[in-house]
Amino acid sequence: MTGDRAAGRVLRRGALPDVTYDVCVVGAGVVGSAIARELARHPGPRIAVVDAADDVGEGTSKANTAILHTGFDAVPGSLEARLVREGQRLLAAYAAESGIPVEPVGALLVAWDDEQLAALPGLLEKAVRNGYDAARLIGPDEVRAREPHLGPGALGALDVPGESIICPWTTTLAYATQAVRSGVDLLLGCRVERIDAAEGLHVLRTGRGVVRARYLVNAAGLHADTVDRMLGRDDFGVTPRRGQLLVFDKLARGLVRHILLPVPTALGKGVLVAPTVYGNVLLGPTAEDLDDKTATGSTEEGIAGLREKGRRILPALLDEEVTAVYAGLRAATEHEDYRISAHKEQRCVTVGGIRSTGLTASLALAEHVAGLLGDVGLDLKDAGEPDPVRMPAIGEAFPRPYQRADLIAADPAYGAVVCHCERVTRGEIRDALASTVPPVSLDGLRRRTRARGGRCQGFFCGAEVRALLEGGEGPVSR
Amino acid sequence: MSVERFVDVLVVGAGPAGLATAAGLAAAGVGEVEVVERDQEAGGAPRHCPNRGFGRFGTTGPQYAERCVTAAVNAGAVLRTGVSVTGWASPLTLDATSPRGLERITARAVVLATGARERPRAARLVAGTRPAGVFTTGELQRSFHRHGQHIGTRAVVVGAEPVSFAALDTLRQAGVEVAALVTGHPRHQAPRARAADARLRHGVPLLTDATVTELLGRGRLSGVLLRHRDGRTARLACDTVVFTGEFVPDHELARRGGLTMDPGTRGPAVDSAFRTAHRGVFAVGNVLHAVEPARTAAHEGSLASAAVLRHLLDGDWPPAAVPVRVTPPLAWAAPNRLTVDEPDDGFTLRVTEFVPSPRLTVTQDGRELFRARRRRPAVPNRPFRVPGQWTGRVDPRGGAVLIALSAGRG
Repeated sequence: MTGDRAAGRVLRRGALPDVTYDVCVVGAGVVGSAIARELARHPGPRIAVVDAADDVGEGTSKANTAILHTGFDAVPGSLEARLVREGQRLLAAYAAESGIPVEPVGALLVAWDDEQLAALPGLLEKAVRNGYDAARLIGPDEVRAREPHLGPGALGALDVPGESIICPWTTTLAYATQAVRSGVDLLLGCRVERIDAAEGLHVLRTGRGVVRARYLVNAAGLHADTVDRMLGRDDFGVTPRRGQLLVFDKLARGLVRHILLPVPTALGKGVLVAPTVYGNVLLGPTAEDLDDKTATGSTEEGIAGLREKGRRILPALLDEEVTAVYAGLRAATEHEDYRISAHKEQRCVTVGGIRSTGLTASLALAEHVAGLLGDVGLDLKDAGEPDPVRMPAIGEAFPRPYQRADLIAADPAYGAVVCHCERVTRGEIRDALASTVPPVSLDGLRRRTRARGGRCQGFFCGAEVRALLEGGEGPVSR
Repeated sequence: MSVERFVDVLVVGAGPAGLATAAGLAAAGVGEVEVVERDQEAGGAPRHCPNRGFGRFGTTGPQYAERCVTAAVNAGAVLRTGVSVTGWASPLTLDATSPRGLERITARAVVLATGARERPRAARLVAGTRPAGVFTTGELQRSFHRHGQHIGTRAVVVGAEPVSFAALDTLRQAGVEVAALVTGHPRHQAPRARAADARLRHGVPLLTDATVTELLGRGRLSGVLLRHRDGRTARLACDTVVFTGEFVPDHELARRGGLTMDPGTRGPAVDSAFRTAHRGVFAVGNVLHAVEPARTAAHEGSLASAAVLRHLLDGDWPPAAVPVRVTPPLAWAAPNRLTVDEPDDGFTLRVTEFVPSPRLTVTQDGRELFRARRRRPAVPNRPFRVPGQWTGRVDPRGGAVLIALSAGRG
């Protein structure tokens, strides 16, 4: 058990602790956080996670399509295929135990032309080779019956009932919360600038001082190639592939029942339309290879292109209000598979090329990486289970606090709705601000509670939410 | 468990329209008239507009809001704030959440007075990064006037309709320099004196035929990209941008209740007695027409109270209605259902572009019901009124009534 170990610290500014860590994980995304949580199951090692951003999951982990994949379309036999398959099972169980919003809505790969229709049997066969037996081909009538708002012209579909939607933010936060409670130090706002080797230690020079560690895990996502080069390795390069997405208002949720996936063909991959666990509808992503790892802006062309494609799939969707436009960068490499490698002489493991499947694979990736760290000499024994964590109920498939008479009776703050579009209560905002890994920005607070995430984008509640975040004064009179 | 309650009339929303409806009903002796408001304070949008012009003798927004509240309470209406209506349990029963718990409130008549909001950046599909410093007028006013928060140093205001100039006032009071007002229209849409004051006395440039296409900056806004109608582009440095106007009805409750919606206004479709397609459910104020001035909303409220009272007495509800539709450049008409026994108060129209010397025609199934010309142009974001004397000639079994507007000569 790790419950009796002192909790770690979440440090966002000031001097870094003068500690020599056993393991330093570079990157507090979903993968880095999962690895830290996994390593913290062992009572021995002192662990730090460092990240340049001021919150967990601020890179690729926060801006993806939020799908818990079955891995039916992975490259059979690849490491990715195995880790996605195992990770899906692990994460589904973990989500249920931790209150991470998940909805097993299933996916339909809808064919809109003959070429796409012809590709479906091959995808079915691939699913079987990936050990996924529940997929089946369905005809246009069944497609229409199951998705009555679909645009005209659907020729058939591959039905993949095991695909789910999940909250990517809560997942990362749950891992980080458990890691910190199990003794991991989370060092945020700490950009790694250089890594030196000295007397059996990695000496990481960061913007806020030095972090020393015997073992190092490179889970730096988009920047994994840069961190690898600091270690003197040059095994792969990360090409950021931008995906722009539109989020539609909750009033659109009734238009779609499944994740509507595009059928990949030689002509490229289309866009998906998917519900979210918060009750919105996603449309996207684009796929643009870029050079700039900070280019997370959306573009006029990107938005227009998505709307054009979305209009064909679900025409009524376009009449609904857009509540967010965002862009994420996937950490694509020149290689087909994940780039995970252990280096005994350097006491380090690189976890590179984790693309959009990283969320699904995260727990299996963490087990895999822990195994590799053991192989290169880290002493990992007496694994226990971390104390369970219960995450805030921000998904619509389960009762939200504003719907629970018992919660409100015990604490009226759960009946005081602050953000009306998303029905976020004062109690939930207070809890987020007092949590193990609290938010420091409006965006961080939104990812934890949904506050300001709705159709009005703060028209009604923006000022009050900001006041609560800044912990300050109530209304002033003028 | 929910607490079950029964009232005679439940009004959702304590802005000028809802409060005036409640005041009228309570004054007429209707037993239990309850107004629920999700905000902590009643009074609606005027509370956040400290500028004058909400009534005669220079009434400010907060004064006007206070007056609406006092009138409703003095008349005997029950006003409850901090109560969020979250959905419908049945056609005249609503679920609500408040710090006191969950309630299920059934009424003999329900009045939706949920108001309107400005469309924020995301809904306008403005590309770019997602930095801090992006506001709507509503958020700006609450941030500064209510919470005293720091706003920024240099702002671009998107829009040049009346509310945009209210945003200018707030920015000026907050010590924010305004780089420009930007409108996609060829002219501003505010009263002339208001626009002249901004330009001449405060030196705020008005950029017409231009749109903000992209936001720049990480962490904090650093500027916006503009595109002129002729294709030229420019970059304006600023740390604050305020998206003003482009009001849309807050129609969630109406839609969740399955009410027939008007495709133009995007609010519930109503006749001129504020009756929706559902028996016993009324709608009033800016949820019907985003937006009209507070005084218009309050005036509707008093008209609506008479209509609700009539329904409580005789129980009548029109069995069918003829929809009113518009064609471009008209955006919408309100009211937008015609029923037989209604009073004749005319219609409010909205155009999407300036229309000089407008010629108006009203037809049903190709038959002309009304024709009129105006000397003054129709202006986007401003009301354009049409009298309703032709409604008696509408065939209640015919097709939709069509209102069209075109530019005349001169």
